[in-house]
Amino acid sequence: MTTTSNPLALIAELTHRCPLHCVYCSNPLELQSRSNELSTETWSRVFQEAAEFGVLQADFTGGEPLARTDIIDLVRAARAAGLYINLITSGLPLDESKLAALIAAGLDHIQLSFQGAREELANEISGAKSHAHKLRVLEWVKQHRVALTLNFVIHSRNIDKLEDMVALAESSSATRIEFANVQYYGWAFANRENLLPTREQLDQSLGIIKHEQERLEGRIRIEHVVPDYYAKYPKPCMGGWGRKLVLITPSGDALPCHAAKVIPSLSFENVKVRSLREIWEHSAAFQKFRGEDWMQEPCRTCDRREQDFGGCRCQALLLAGDAAATDPVCSLAPLRPKVDAILAGMNAARPAQLFTKPSWLYRPNSA
Amino acid sequence: MPPELNSRPRLAPGCRLGENNQQRVLLMPERALRLNGPSLEIVTRCDGKHTVQQIVSELQQIYSKAQPKKVEEDILGYLTLLQKERALDFEL
Repeated sequence: MTTTSNPLALIAELTHRCPLHCVYCSNPLELQSRSNELSTETWSRVFQEAAEFGVLQADFTGGEPLARTDIIDLVRAARAAGLYINLITSGLPLDESKLAALIAAGLDHIQLSFQGAREELANEISGAKSHAHKLRVLEWVKQHRVALTLNFVIHSRNIDKLEDMVALAESSSATRIEFANVQYYGWAFANRENLLPTREQLDQSLGIIKHEQERLEGRIRIEHVVPDYYAKYPKPCMGGWGRKLVLITPSGDALPCHAAKVIPSLSFENVKVRSLREIWEHSAAFQKFRGEDWMQEPCRTCDRREQDFGGCRCQALLLAGDAAATDPVCSLAPLRPKVDAILAGMNAARPAQLFTKPSWLYRPNSA
Repeated sequence: MPPELNSRPRLAPGCRLGENNQQRVLLMPERALRLNGPSLEIVTRCDGKHTVQQIVSELQQIYSKAQPKKVEEDILGYLTLLQKERALDFEL
């Protein structure tokens, strides 16, 4: 058995209900219904267990976490337990008084998602009339001393508009921007051919981001995640399996990452019946890809294995059909040619598509 | 760019001190920094009241065995790092 230290962050997927229908949603294809969601009491106990175990931060996410009618109580409980609270939200259910109540309850940081800098595309991507309300939220947040991040999920249809997004952030009280390129699992995998940027688009965006990072240093911090299909080495997914992060689904299953349920050989334990600490230290799912014993070549003897931990297990399953394989986006992976073939297809086929509206597969709301 | 000596650093919105397993930390959006010895002495003085110059003077007294110039350089370096992390506002 591989021993490990405690997780540093708890990703609390409070609900899968959401007013948006984003075509790259990171939720699983099978959404949990409201009737399966954990109670206020169970979440409060989990926050307490997490803080006692050494967790520093809670990410309240979903779905739309504000769809929970007990959200103020949940913030208060997590803060009382001693956690730092990030709220990852579309902003749609916010009004001025709810915002003030959340901050009074102890909310530390709001991460507001934007689907673009302009109304038309943002609404198309989110499948909802959402953009104008987000702009109102930006004005309300200015009245408070709370951290604000604008999060932009980046893909071929908006990657050419980064400057507009930065300008939007500069007009707000944001101290951080996240440019998160879509990663291709679940809904995004289904919509991949309409989302993946071309090499030319990506290279241009990298230049803009570097320039803006330098220009805004000390004012707005810009974080950037590249689309890993274009990377030379895989991302250290979740900072390594079962190393730093634990995700709790709306119904209480504890997962090492958002997408882990796609791996059919794993079964997950639930915080309703076991403590977070027991699950973290002993459950088979968290042990499965922890450490190095599970690794195949070329990872097993690779100098980078402690940097990227073999990449993403879910991507290995999706592209290689084997969750223990080297992440096929790695340039050293035996199956890298498969990713190159996908990219070659994209880069050849793209120009004509840019002018037509794709037929998106929208994520539905959950019951 | 190093901070000006007469400016008053203050923790930025969403940045605060926390403690975990007897370890003091600076909590900020999506990250945390461990604070030990000098870094804790610096961060606890980023209160919008101390100027950078005052922080330097007070730490030069606390760490009187170290070269005063070196203490100043280390403090300015650390404040610059926190500024890049966007953990500080500097008020004049």
